[in-house]
Amino acid sequence: MSDATTWPDDLYDLLRSANVTQFAYVPDAGHKVLINRSLADDNAHSIPLTTEEEGVALAAGADLGGQRAVLLMQSSGVGNCINLLSLIGGCRFPFLTLISMRGDFGEGNAWQFPMGQATEPVLKAMGVVVLRADAPADVIPTVSAAITMAFQSGQAVAVLLGQRLIGAKQF
Amino acid sequence: MARLNKLQMSSLPDAVLDRRQAVPALIETPSDFLIVTGLAGTAQELTALTNNSPNVFGMGGAMGAALMTGLGLALAQPKRRVLVVSGDGDMLMSVGGLATIALQNPPNLSVICVDNGHYGETGNQDSHTGLGVRLDTIAAGSGFPVVHIINTEADMEEGRRLLREGTGLSFILLRVKEGPPNRIKRNLVPHVERDRFRAALLG
Repeated sequence: MSDATTWPDDLYDLLRSANVTQFAYVPDAGHKVLINRSLADDNAHSIPLTTEEEGVALAAGADLGGQRAVLLMQSSGVGNCINLLSLIGGCRFPFLTLISMRGDFGEGNAWQFPMGQATEPVLKAMGVVVLRADAPADVIPTVSAAITMAFQSGQAVAVLLGQRLIGAKQF
Repeated sequence: MARLNKLQMSSLPDAVLDRRQAVPALIETPSDFLIVTGLAGTAQELTALTNNSPNVFGMGGAMGAALMTGLGLALAQPKRRVLVVSGDGDMLMSVGGLATIALQNPPNLSVICVDNGHYGETGNQDSHTGLGVRLDTIAAGSGFPVVHIINTEADMEEGRRLLREGTGLSFILLRVKEGPPNRIKRNLVPHVERDRFRAALLG
């Protein structure tokens, strides 16, 4: 079972074992291990974005070509994705995103609250199934479930990685 | 009256090509490619050009999604040639995608911007390119290794060569006059668009 130090590496191994090969991201401390592992992986595409909605369209294109993508972003980036989630919903593309939360448990920067607190409702409003992990032991079972729901059942699925899990940034 | 700054740096001549001839003249063999189009004009003319073939995934909305959908497809299908064909409005909405694509540098991807300088679907308002913004310069500055502008028929053969020989990532700015695209009746059910493309490609 994953603990506080091993879950990020276990998560990368889980995604790769599920044949996720396109890792799209906007740089983020909460996803640091996944990003660095993807950069070091000769058999995966590591795709830094200029803005998060690029990753929504990328995931659609990956599916058109028979590959699996994951979008790694911070909760702030969810707001940037909303209209392009209509591409996912309308076309019934499978979609998996892992979202590191801000404006959540113990947040010390008031700027983060509006989007952080809106993250789950706006995802749901766009038809995305929302799961959540708040403890190291929850991460692998939750993302495993999300992988099945996305790539076997064809759903759009977000897993929120709470600040209780990743730690609130200190100010 | 509010006035927009019509950029003086633009040294491009007035567009003279008609997209109804120019797009088919540039893309001679569309069946050689997997094609992603933006919404509206380019989706209509690529549907018409291919007689509704399932090697074209045409957007009916999701403005700004064509470039990055093309990148995901190009990375997933490295043995196939992928074309993104999109208008200036769609591409202006996703210029960051040009930078993201250039960092990946997929050798099997070409991007064609059919640039009429206007928002043809919404009342023909001037677009930023119509007021002088240079998408070719943005593509070059983003790191596209090959950028080619087609202003007249004389520039067409080099564009055709780039598509025919397919020797790396390229950006082609096809400058056309205002005016309607070729069109035939096309599917506008989004999930049918996905399903038919995937069935044709992946079985």
